Amino acid sequence: MEFVFTEEQAMIGETARAFFAESATSEHTRKAMAGDGIDRALWQSFCGELGLGGVALPEAYGGAGLGMVEFALVAEAAGAQVAAIPLVGSIAMAAHAIAAGGSDSQREEILPRLISGDLIGACAGTEMLTVDGNTLSGIVDFVAHGAAADLFVLGDAEGAWIVRRDAPGVTVTALTTMDQTRPFARLTLDRATAEPMSKGQLALQTARECGWVCLAAEALGGAQAALDKTVAYAKERIQFGRPIGSFQAYKHRLADMVIEIEQARSAVYWAACAVDEGSDEAALALHAAKSYCADTFFMCASNMIQLHGGIGFTWEHDAHLYFKRARSIQTMLGNGDYHREQVATMILGEAA
Amino acid sequence: MKLGFSPEEELFRAECADWLNAQMAGEFRDIKGISTLTEKAERRKEWEQHLGANGWGCIGWPKEWGGRSASLAEQVIFAEEYARAGVPGRVNHIGIELAGPTILTFGTEEQKKRFLPDIAAGNTIFCQGFSEPGAGSDLASVRTKGRLENGSWIVNGQKIWTSLAHISDWIFVVTRTEEGSKGPKGLTFLMMPIDQPGVEIRPIKQINGDAEFNETFFTDATCPEDSLIGAVGDGWRIAMGLLAFERGVSTLGQQMAFRNELDAIITAAKANGAATNPLIRQRLAKAEIGLKLMRYGALRMLSNTDHSKVDGAALTYKIQWATWRRNLGELAMDVLGQAGEVTDKAEYEWSVLPNLFLYSRADTIYGGTNQIQRNLIAERGLGMPREPRGDV
Repeated sequence: MEFVFTEEQAMIGETARAFFAESATSEHTRKAMAGDGIDRALWQSFCGELGLGGVALPEAYGGAGLGMVEFALVAEAAGAQVAAIPLVGSIAMAAHAIAAGGSDSQREEILPRLISGDLIGACAGTEMLTVDGNTLSGIVDFVAHGAAADLFVLGDAEGAWIVRRDAPGVTVTALTTMDQTRPFARLTLDRATAEPMSKGQLALQTARECGWVCLAAEALGGAQAALDKTVAYAKERIQFGRPIGSFQAYKHRLADMVIEIEQARSAVYWAACAVDEGSDEAALALHAAKSYCADTFFMCASNMIQLHGGIGFTWEHDAHLYFKRARSIQTMLGNGDYHREQVATMILGEAA
Repeated sequence: MKLGFSPEEELFRAECADWLNAQMAGEFRDIKGISTLTEKAERRKEWEQHLGANGWGCIGWPKEWGGRSASLAEQVIFAEEYARAGVPGRVNHIGIELAGPTILTFGTEEQKKRFLPDIAAGNTIFCQGFSEPGAGSDLASVRTKGRLENGSWIVNGQKIWTSLAHISDWIFVVTRTEEGSKGPKGLTFLMMPIDQPGVEIRPIKQINGDAEFNETFFTDATCPEDSLIGAVGDGWRIAMGLLAFERGVSTLGQQMAFRNELDAIITAAKANGAATNPLIRQRLAKAEIGLKLMRYGALRMLSNTDHSKVDGAALTYKIQWATWRRNLGELAMDVLGQAGEVTDKAEYEWSVLPNLFLYSRADTIYGGTNQIQRNLIAERGLGMPREPRGDV
């Protein structure tokens, strides 16, 4: 038992932090926000030069073969900069789903290209699909980075499929989305050709779990960044002849952010480590991490706006990028009430 | 990063559990499941000695001082199994968690010989003399006076909130030994025997009807010249060093006691139907998550050996558990409903959950209030400007 990062893990975290801090600048992110929500240059260098896209994917397909702890370190660093990249959809969900439950040929053909960033994937579980032979019909809403995706991993209780963007019967409509760093799309399928995955439920389960780790870790990074930026402002902004950070009402809100962030940090790495070790607690840890970290991020991002005063409400300031990302993470892949109800069922049994 | 325990460590867990369960089923079955610190105090002093005699008194201490030089993982395991077996809290927790580590870190060889084996053996029970009527959150404004006279320290003044003073053998006292000094300067840290005419202890009845805390009066109380830890005037540094020990492995044992409290609420909720109320379900889930995060926060803090930076997990730990437990007390009452507001005893005595509700109001006050904790987090953790001192 040793709940600290190994040297290698610490180094991956440091590398990822330095990379995103330097490359995922506000200026670049805002250009991506005006387009399809992806900073292509950033994604290319993240996947290509840095080679971190496949950090937790098998080496046979070009990944690094490491685990969720290492992936969480990377996602935390990306979240700290609200980086406009398809990390959750293309890597955490689509690639991990295919690695876990795709056929050999799907893995061989698709995984190396998702890891290299040549292809972008998106993923959605839904109950709205009509299956007819090897075709799917139906409408799938709220597909993150869906308008930029080359392929979709879709599934329901019956199975999981890969649908190509350019297959006949596929229509993708970009939706103007509150969080412009991760815009949604509507996918309309009309007897669209779908390629079944060999282990559909395992694929979807893996996508959900990696997705939860990704969102929780992003939220942790975002919350810490919101705190750091607010602390810097508290020291430089003068009112009533003193730095505003010297007022106790202000200090106590900052302290409350620290208290939540420290617990969120425990949650992310407990969950990631529990998944890696196949612990009995993994499911509990994942529900805890997703709900706790999302709420922590929202609390910190809303405090960021309040504690910056008027400037925090402007489009020019980055506070709204954090605030909107936090709101989006709260709902994505199950809201807090959903995850806490899963925990309640574990400790209390089913609700009546 | 690794959360699991090795096969050897799991063997150690089985050894701990076997021994503790055997004691709670045998000679000490009369104290099993006690949840307050005051009930059956004399029997529990015997339990301290029984632990010591069997080498379980202070397992994390070096072997030469009566410990087992146990690893962090072993200490974690023992703390967990201790609470799981329903063993009541340590009445000498001040001795084993605060006085002992302070002597180990700052004491002379002679002081270590004099006190450590006796604390580990359960023969010397300690209490803490920090707070005074005029020095609560503002600990540095202590007024209790100490002076050196004919080879003895003479102490006059009053301490308050001295938990378990009425069953203790020794008290460590922060005294003002430099006439006219103010604040953290001029303070000296003394070890004082309690059984003497100059020390008087008066219990303070608390909101739950119990009296764990006391007022302690010193009227020409004495202790030998070599009773000081550190140097004359060094008391503030020693006191601050001592407070850092409060976040040791014992926190994991405390968490297991919290686990028992949360389980009691879950049992009550299932029995009376509250477990089907979606709002109660959300709150119980939050409590469960909070307890797990406390555990992993503590493991993070204990695993961290890099003390060059401020450790956020350690800095936030006190306010985190105190607030969690206070909320748990409120949740307990919401689950119990009005049944929680009556006791089946003739006296004003409460079962575990109503007592939790009442007692936990102290958690967010003692050992640094939540407000002081927030100041510390903002000032030490984030580098915010310090609160200005007044001169009233």
